[in-house]
Amino acid sequence: MPIEIPVVEQILSANDRIAAENRKLLDEHRVVAVNVMASPGAGKTSLILRTIQQLEGRLCVGVIEGDVAGRVDADRVAEAGAPVVQINTGGGCHLDAPQVQSALHRLPLDEIDLLLIENVGNLICPVGFSLGEHHNVMISHVPEGHDKPIKYPAMFAAVDALVLNKMDLMPYLDFDEQAFDRAVRALNADAPIFRVSCKTGVGLQAWVDWLVGQSAPSSGRGDDG
Amino acid sequence: MHELAVTQSILDIASRHAHKAGAQRILAIHLVIGELTGLVDESIQFYFDFLAKDTLAQGARLCFTHVAARLRCSVCGGEYPPPASRVWACPHCDALGGKTIAGREFSVASIEIE
Repeated sequence: MPIEIPVVEQILSANDRIAAENRKLLDEHRVVAVNVMASPGAGKTSLILRTIQQLEGRLCVGVIEGDVAGRVDADRVAEAGAPVVQINTGGGCHLDAPQVQSALHRLPLDEIDLLLIENVGNLICPVGFSLGEHHNVMISHVPEGHDKPIKYPAMFAAVDALVLNKMDLMPYLDFDEQAFDRAVRALNADAPIFRVSCKTGVGLQAWVDWLVGQSAPSSGRGDDG
Repeated sequence: MHELAVTQSILDIASRHAHKAGAQRILAIHLVIGELTGLVDESIQFYFDFLAKDTLAQGARLCFTHVAARLRCSVCGGEYPPPASRVWACPHCDALGGKTIAGREFSVASIEIE
């Protein structure tokens, strides 16, 4: 005789448990972690390199690089002098908490103030898996068009800050900034939008100042960020 | 989306509860899936048939309960479904930034065993 038993368990609870362990480890070492998400080619690594450069002497930045394959990005970050661990997901479309946990154990956490986690290039899946990060940030870029918030609402809704990269290309493309801002605000009332160009350096100061603000010991710690 | 990883979690959760209850077999798994999770039933079923082979859950039925997305306007308090292919503005007062109140559900509700 079949019987029905109640379960009522979140499907990603196993991931969430490990994410909570990651968060605890980060807090113990006083590291603020930022999950950086974007489509492929939006400029995640370029923004990370610029950020390391701009924060030199102010904060020690560590990096976790998530890619399907290769260590091209990790090599670029290592050249910039930051401690870095490359995760290859082997086809996986997003980072998950267990992968980040193993990467955390390979980083000198006591030397790091700010950990930038570059997620796999994808506007859909990364947002579904919490990693233990304090803040979620996404990069949108001018060539991908102003309609992305309408097409990929979940990520735009979930982030604490948004970077609009490649502003130097604005004169050459039909990107409607007003439509973009409105579509973002429909999903996310509060996230600051930083308009930058990693190529020219325009706008990066405001982004870096925001990051420093989030990394200050008095803010961003212990909440759900 | 990432149905393979998700399906493995579904199987793990169902198997753990079935073992605990001393089940011989899992006949069905009831899932609650919100519209905003972007998960596709057929894709979960496809991976499930593959992953559940030679487990307690081989041949189990997956029963999906879908929850439609709903937003609540932070200005007028009105509730509305997210408009397809348009900016998610409140249809009552045109305000932006409504809070998602349904559509992110993602759980195993129950299992049927024998």
